[in-house]
Amino acid sequence: MQKTIIAALALASIAFSASAETIQERAAPCLACHGERGASETENTPSLGGQQAPYALIQLFMFREKLRVFEPMNEMAKSLTDDDLRIFSDFIAALPKPAAPTDAVDAARMARGEVLAKQNRCNTCHNTDYSGKESVPRIANQREDYLAKTLAEYKDNTRHGYDATMADVMQTVGKDQIGDLAYYLAHVR
Amino acid sequence: MMSMSSASRRLLLAGAVFGAFTLSAAAQQPATPPAAPAAQPLPPGSPMIGRPDGEAAAKLAPVAPPPIPASADKLPLAKLKVPAGFNVEVYASGMANARSLAQSDRGTVFVGSRLVDKVYAIAEKDGKRSVKVIASGLYRPNGVAFKDGTLYIAELSKISKIDKIDDVLDSPPKPTLIYDKLPKDEAHGWKFIGIGPDNKLYVPVGQPGNNVLHDADHGQIRRMNLDGSGAEVYAVGVRNTVGFDWNPETRQLYFTDNGRDWLSESVPEDELNRVTKAGEDFGAPFCYQGNIIDQELGWGKDCKNYSAPVGLMGPHTAALGMRFYTGSMFPKQYKNAIFVARHGSWNKSQKQGGDVVVVKLNKDGTVKSMEPFLTGFIEDNKYVGRPVDVMLLKDGSMLVSDDWNGAVYRITYGKQKVAAQ
Repeated sequence: MQKTIIAALALASIAFSASAETIQERAAPCLACHGERGASETENTPSLGGQQAPYALIQLFMFREKLRVFEPMNEMAKSLTDDDLRIFSDFIAALPKPAAPTDAVDAARMARGEVLAKQNRCNTCHNTDYSGKESVPRIANQREDYLAKTLAEYKDNTRHGYDATMADVMQTVGKDQIGDLAYYLAHVR
Repeated sequence: MMSMSSASRRLLLAGAVFGAFTLSAAAQQPATPPAAPAAQPLPPGSPMIGRPDGEAAAKLAPVAPPPIPASADKLPLAKLKVPAGFNVEVYASGMANARSLAQSDRGTVFVGSRLVDKVYAIAEKDGKRSVKVIASGLYRPNGVAFKDGTLYIAELSKISKIDKIDDVLDSPPKPTLIYDKLPKDEAHGWKFIGIGPDNKLYVPVGQPGNNVLHDADHGQIRRMNLDGSGAEVYAVGVRNTVGFDWNPETRQLYFTDNGRDWLSESVPEDELNRVTKAGEDFGAPFCYQGNIIDQELGWGKDCKNYSAPVGLMGPHTAALGMRFYTGSMFPKQYKNAIFVARHGSWNKSQKQGGDVVVVKLNKDGTVKSMEPFLTGFIEDNKYVGRPVDVMLLKDGSMLVSDDWNGAVYRITYGKQKVAAQ
């Protein structure tokens, strides 16, 4: 993973220096970690496909402004202009959305996760099919490890949201419930 | 934090309200997935308590503003409406998430932010107005106040200051901490601050969630000396106030307070409250808008035991910044009236608020009327801007901040030379 990031950063500095490139060329270093076809195969690194453009824009803005701290992304975003942020978020939104994993699912975990997702009304903001809306992200079929990591970070407030909503919501979700919730959202069909 | 006994008591309550399903049932899941598991009772303290299952409610979620401020030519100025005789212009733009306003004695306007890390200054030099970032790397620095040369800044859980701010606008030092005995909750953690006629700094601590039982460190307004010493609780039963000011005649504190979500489309209304004595209790989370006992937490409580609001500001309208009009530019009928910025609702199918209203008072300090003043921020049930705070300039004109567009507007009365932008 570390190697991939370094390679991507090396590519990034080249990619961002040339202004005449197409968005596909400029996005190549992004997709090296986040997946060519919208679905990430990199540990703890989110799939970007079908992400809500307003949400993607907020995250890219937060990376640029270091309001969300993850060094490789802060580095990637630091020289992007406002227009760049809009172009990249629109590009991300147009990538194919990730599909549910094809491996056999653990029915009991799915059931527990579904109860939790419904109990906590995740569908209030994330939409009934968890595809997100506007500034609220798509979470359906996101990588399970990334979902679990993110939920845990919102719960202990090591990841600061754009606003307070997820920190608020996660106050009442148990640490021991995060695994099943992430499993369900990653596999939901 | 909540004690175990109150948590289990509320679990029981939630179970009773939602009927057949209890949390113990959730713990014993069948091995095969049920066809469509019904929603379990929400955990106590969940911000979703009260939300019905259904199409209409599923459309409602907090509305986040765009992160990038609108360029001056994209601001909704042409859509904004004011009463006849008034004018509205753009005062400054390009300040991401512009929120609370304060003004120095030399006329510099300070602007806090909530979703970014910056405090801005709008300064005029040689007739030219410019925006500078005077502090960054702060955490939700929503509140700003000014007194005797010093700028006070409220972050989520601390208050700091910059002395002689007007002398150091071009190279300000890092703010100096004066007070940090504050909870760190994200929910309602951002702060409006103000300095009273008693020369004390007033600092609210919101309720740490939509509708929750909380400890004695939350749900209140504190006041303290300007060096952060001598802090005391001034008012309690305050859910989340993001704006207050002092009546110029009675010197009493008036504050807006936002009602809870998910009770219904039409109630509770946001409150305009008046503090008549230190220690007064305004009812949250047990009693809302002076006459609604909370359906979950209000059992055994009586609204008579709490101070009722002097005015109701509309359901879910998010009444935030407010100031008494003490200037001389506006017509006489506005003298000592309160201008209130309503950020606008999210927890309501048809958006309401998203405007500045003028509240006129009776001689006894109660509310006589409330009328729209600055409107046009809602178009097709969507925001094109959202007012956060209002503030008077020394000439009697009024500034209005808009965190959706990252801009500040100026409202004048009569024939004015409108500054070129």
